[in-house]
Amino acid sequence: MSNWTLLLFAVIFVALAPVAGCILAGIDRKISARMQGRQGPPVMQPLYDVRKLLAKERRTSNRVQDFYVACYLFWIVVTGAMFFAGMDLLLIVFTLTLGETFLVLAAYCSGSPFAQVGAQREIYVAMAYEPMILIMAVAYYLFTGGEDGGSFAVRDIAGFGDMAILPMLGIFLGFLFILTMKLRKSPFDLSMSHHAHQDIVRGVATEFSGRTYAMMEVSHWYENIMLLGMVALFFQNGEWTGVVIGAVVAVLAYILEIWIDNGFARMKWQTALKSGWIVSLVLGMGNIIALLVIA
Amino acid sequence: MSCTSKSPWILHYDASSCNGCDIEVLACLTPIYDAERFGVINTGDPKQADIFLITGAVNDQNKEVVRQLYDQMPEPKVVVAVGICACSGGIFRDCYNILGGADKVIPVDVYVPGCAARPESIIDGIVKGVAVLEEKRAKMEGEKRCSRSRGSRS
Ligand code: SF4
Repeated sequence: MSNWTLLLFAVIFVALAPVAGCILAGIDRKISARMQGRQGPPVMQPLYDVRKLLAKERRTSNRVQDFYVACYLFWIVVTGAMFFAGMDLLLIVFTLTLGETFLVLAAYCSGSPFAQVGAQREIYVAMAYEPMILIMAVAYYLFTGGEDGGSFAVRDIAGFGDMAILPMLGIFLGFLFILTMKLRKSPFDLSMSHHAHQDIVRGVATEFSGRTYAMMEVSHWYENIMLLGMVALFFQNGEWTGVVIGAVVAVLAYILEIWIDNGFARMKWQTALKSGWIVSLVLGMGNIIALLVIA
Repeated sequence: MSCTSKSPWILHYDASSCNGCDIEVLACLTPIYDAERFGVINTGDPKQADIFLITGAVNDQNKEVVRQLYDQMPEPKVVVAVGICACSGGIFRDCYNILGGADKVIPVDVYVPGCAARPESIIDGIVKGVAVLEEKRAKMEGEKRCSRSRGSRS
C-alpha cells in the first residue's frame, strides 16, 4: 500500500473515530440498560452529554490540569493515527502509554484525594496490562518472520498474507482479557468507574468538569476505536475479507466486554495486577515460546 | 431543545431525611421509572452535576456541606428540593438542630412536595428543573455575548 493511502487512513481515523466512538458509547449504554431491564437513553446520548459539558461554565482547580488532559487527548489521537497509518507497533504502544501518563498526571495535580487514589489505581492497572501489550508486539514480530524479515510495523503485519489469529491465539485471548482493563470496564474499573457514586466518586476524573471532562470523553471515543482496531489486526490477511472478519470480531469483542461489565463486581487492585500478570505470563509468554518452537 | 436539557446530571444529597425520600429518588432509576431514558445520570460528583436534588431538612451540622456542594457545581445549575422536609423542614421542623428547608441555606428552584415524594412527582420535578436549567443557560449565553460585544467595542 502506498504511503498516501496510509496517510489517508490516518486522516479518516482522526475525522471519523469520534463519530464511531460516540455511537459505540451510545450503543454500549443502550445494551447495558437492556441487560438491566431498562429502556435506556437514546443512542446519541454521549453526544448530548459532551455538548452539554462544553456549554457549562469553565471551572478548573488549576490550569495545569486542563493542559494535561489536552495532552492526553492529543497523544491518544496521535497514537490512533499512527496505528491506522500502519506505523511501528512498539512506538504505538509507547505513545499510548505516554497519553495514559498525562491522564494520571492530570489526576495527580488536583488536590482531591479521590483523584489521587484514582491516579494510583490507574498506575496499578497500567502495570497489569502493559506487559501483555508489549508481548503482543513481540509476538507479531516473531509471527512475521522473527530475525529473518520480521517487522513491528502494522502495515507489514496487516499485509503479511496470513491471519495472525491461529498462531497467536493465546495472545488474542490475553489481549481480550486486558481489553477489559483498557476499556475501564467492571471488574477492572477501579480507577474510574462509569458512574460517580462509588467508593472514590469518579476516581481520576473527580476534579474534571465541563470542557475538561468533555475532552476526556472524546479521548475515550478515540481510544476505544483504536483498541477495537487492535482486535481487528489479528484477522488481517491482506485482503478485504480480513477487514470484514476483523470488524465483525471487534464488534463481538465489544459486546462481550459489555456483558462482562454488567455481570461482574469490581475487583481489588491486587487481583487486577495478579490476574493481569498471570494471564500475560501463561497465555502471552506461552504463545511466544510456541511461536519460537514452530519457527 | 438544547443539549443541556437532554442530559441533566443529578447530584443527590441526603441532608437529614428519614431515608423515605432517598429510596424514592433511587426508585426513579429502576427499570419501572428508568429516568436514564431522559439522559439523567445519578452522579456523585458535584463538579459534573447540573441538578442538585436535596432530600430532608438542613440541620446545623450539615449546612456547610450543603453550601459547599452547591458552590462546587458549575453554572448553570438548579436545586430541586424533594419531599416536604426539604421544602420546609416538614415533620422535623421543630427539632432543636433543624434550620428548616433547603432554601434556608441555598436558593431552591423547584419544590417537590410529598412525604415521601412519589417517583412520578420527583421525575416531574426534575423535568421542571430542566426547564429552569435551560432558562439559566440561555441567560448565561446572553451574558457571554453581551460581555464579548462590550469587549470588542472598548
Ligand atoms: S418528606 Fe417524609 S419521607 Fe421524605 S424525608 Fe421527610 S419525613 Fe422522610
